[in-house]
Amino acid sequence: MLVIKNLKASIDGKTIIKGISLEVKPGEIHAIMGPNGSGKSTLAAVLAGREFAEVTEGTVTYFGKNLLEMAPEDRAKEGIFLGFQYPIEIPGVSMVNFMKTAVNEQRKHRGLEPLSASDFLKMMREKKELVEIDSKLANRSVNEGFSGGEKKKNEIFQMAMLEPKLAILDETDSGLDIDALRIVANGVNKLKRPDNSVIVITHYQRLLDYIIPDVVHVLYDGRIVKTAGKELALELEEKGYDWIKKDVGENNLK
Amino acid sequence: MEKDQDKIINDVTSGEYKYGFYSDIETERIPKGLNEDIIRTISRKKGEPDWLLEFRLKSFRHWQTMKMPGWANLKIPPINYQDIIYYAAPKQKASAENLDDIDPELKKTFDKLGIPLEEQKHLTGVAVDAVMDSVSVKTTFKEILAESGIIFCSFSDAVKEYPDLVKRYMGTVVPYTDNFFATLNSAVFSDGSFCYIPKGVRCPMELLTYFRINSANTGQFERTLLVADEESYVSYLEGCTAPMRDENQLHAAIVEIIVENNAEVKYSTVQNWYPGDKEGKGGIFNFVTKRGLCRGENSKISWTQIETGSAITWKYPSCILRGDNSTGEFYSVAVTNHHQQADTGTKMIHIGKNTKSTIVSKGISAGQGQNSYRGLVKVLKNATGARNFSQCDSLLLGDKCGAHTFPYIEVDNQTAIVEHEATTSKIGEDQIFYCNQRGISTEDAVGLIVNGYAREVINKLPMEFAVEAQKLLQISLEGSVG
Ligand SMILES: Nc1ncnc2c1ncn2[C@@H]1O[C@H](COP(=O)(O)OP(=O)(O)OP(=O)(O)O)[C@@H](O)[C@H]1O
Ligand SMILES: [Mg+2]
Repeated sequence: MLVIKNLKASIDGKTIIKGISLEVKPGEIHAIMGPNGSGKSTLAAVLAGREFAEVTEGTVTYFGKNLLEMAPEDRAKEGIFLGFQYPIEIPGVSMVNFMKTAVNEQRKHRGLEPLSASDFLKMMREKKELVEIDSKLANRSVNEGFSGGEKKKNEIFQMAMLEPKLAILDETDSGLDIDALRIVANGVNKLKRPDNSVIVITHYQRLLDYIIPDVVHVLYDGRIVKTAGKELALELEEKGYDWIKKDVGENNLK
Repeated sequence: MEKDQDKIINDVTSGEYKYGFYSDIETERIPKGLNEDIIRTISRKKGEPDWLLEFRLKSFRHWQTMKMPGWANLKIPPINYQDIIYYAAPKQKASAENLDDIDPELKKTFDKLGIPLEEQKHLTGVAVDAVMDSVSVKTTFKEILAESGIIFCSFSDAVKEYPDLVKRYMGTVVPYTDNFFATLNSAVFSDGSFCYIPKGVRCPMELLTYFRINSANTGQFERTLLVADEESYVSYLEGCTAPMRDENQLHAAIVEIIVENNAEVKYSTVQNWYPGDKEGKGGIFNFVTKRGLCRGENSKISWTQIETGSAITWKYPSCILRGDNSTGEFYSVAVTNHHQQADTGTKMIHIGKNTKSTIVSKGISAGQGQNSYRGLVKVLKNATGARNFSQCDSLLLGDKCGAHTFPYIEVDNQTAIVEHEATTSKIGEDQIFYCNQRGISTEDAVGLIVNGYAREVINKLPMEFAVEAQKLLQISLEGSVG
């Protein structure tokens, strides 16, 4: 569904993504790990269409279409969901209103009638249960005054509401206590269908105990420097990134 | 002439301003210009008693000694007061008690504005006084309201039917010498609404006055007088629109409110006069004096305003808190987009003991709009225990617009507590992107974010008005981002 070829992107003239190629097939779960500042969030931002990162080279196709030409809202309507590393607060805008607008925009895109208020509230209730989010959170303004963990849970709740084809979860596990981690991971698993895919960006192996990836990539200095099965995550947990950095260094010398 | 006008309107109608149409209604106009003869003509047309004509003439003579105020943070082009028509009235049989007597074109106009004149068609629970140019064309539910002793009628009818009440209260809160525009209004005012809620009565309906400017080259100078007697309550609403024109039109109104012991008046405005086009051509000059007197103990006045229209707004709905324990509130959202300018705020004058006031002002500037909050909190010597809380927020969309705050605080009593908070923020790109990422377009995202920002004020409006106001905020900011 998603094919990235030799993608390069820069911020303020500085190259951050330095040539990434990656293919995600329907139903796959990919994990992306890598040290701080290596470009994981930037990659996610480029895929979601955030303008501050400028694509300088390469292509991204999504279901055969040129993703890079699509407006961010159209990408969302075509089923791309980004779970933000730092979810944004929108004071005064209720979650209900926000989600209703989003859900109905996406329905419109698919040629469906907007949901009635009662159907919508019913859907909210069901999804809240599914992801075990506190009812009260959904009655407040979007992320306003939410704790770090609550914000992350709220991202998963939105994912449940929007049922994306490709979810990119950027460190949705950081800042979560053990129970919340389980809730978030269970949520992702419950939402998993055979044909939708997930990219999880994480620093911790423990999330991958719950969400079992098909592939693990290591992103380092704007490049994918290693790709392997789920056992790679364990290895990283044990040994850190130094051995990979060394490998890369040696390769670069050649 | 009329044809040309239609063409102009069609040309400038780019979808943003929904109410910019002109109705081809047979209208009686007096000649342009302002002098004592014109004032006598207006008074005669309205069949007024001598004392009112005298009031007008006295005002006019005083006005001639005055200069237009220059202190507001506004660029106002020169106004030629001799180039304005001061009276224009749809031709119809005088005071249409019977709906069949109303020009069908007039009915259609108000239908189009969402303000049907037929009672059965109307939103339940709202009585309407519909004013077109210089006259009131219909007041609905008069009879039902009369059953509880409530008077709700046009100002002209009030002068004829309740001259004593009008004489007793008119000009007591906004004297004819008050300021340039109020004095002008006192000389040439045409219609508006009059409302009296008797002792102990809770008005069972919302009262709405809808002002429509239709005729070209005319100014609208309405006058509204609201009296809430002891232990009474009323929620009063005001809406206004005008056709799109290349010329500027002047709207200079007066609203006076008097509230007795334990009574409460809630006054809500959704101001949507034509704001002018994107280049700043045309639009209404909205120079309005609104003031309420909390005369009784425990009395309360609450102003809520959503100001999205007008090329220039100059408006400070104020409260004189004379009764002990009286309360004044001012909740405002003012939007300026394109070349609109607004200088708006309030005055809270604490005279009585333990008087309280709250000010919440939310300015939104987009395009090259300039938005100023100007507010005075004054605590007099005897106002022991007075309290004020003010919060003035400004939201900027883009970097060509401006937001300014001018808070004035004068305190003459040691026990008073006056708090002022102000913030200025920009609409965040990250907020817009967050919405985009959920499938919401930038335009809709701006609408959502702005409505969220203004929610505290919008929540003060009655339900139907709140929905309307939300849509209006979104529409008035269309094309301001991206
Ligand atoms: N808006 C920005 N302006 C300037 N530099 C930026 C911006 N966003 C990211 N960067 C830089 O790009 C590089 C990659 O950042 P990115 O956020 O993608 O890293 P990351 O892999 O997600 O790191 P972390 O694990 O800490 O979340 C960093 O050096 C960062 O400072
Ligand atoms: Mg990151």
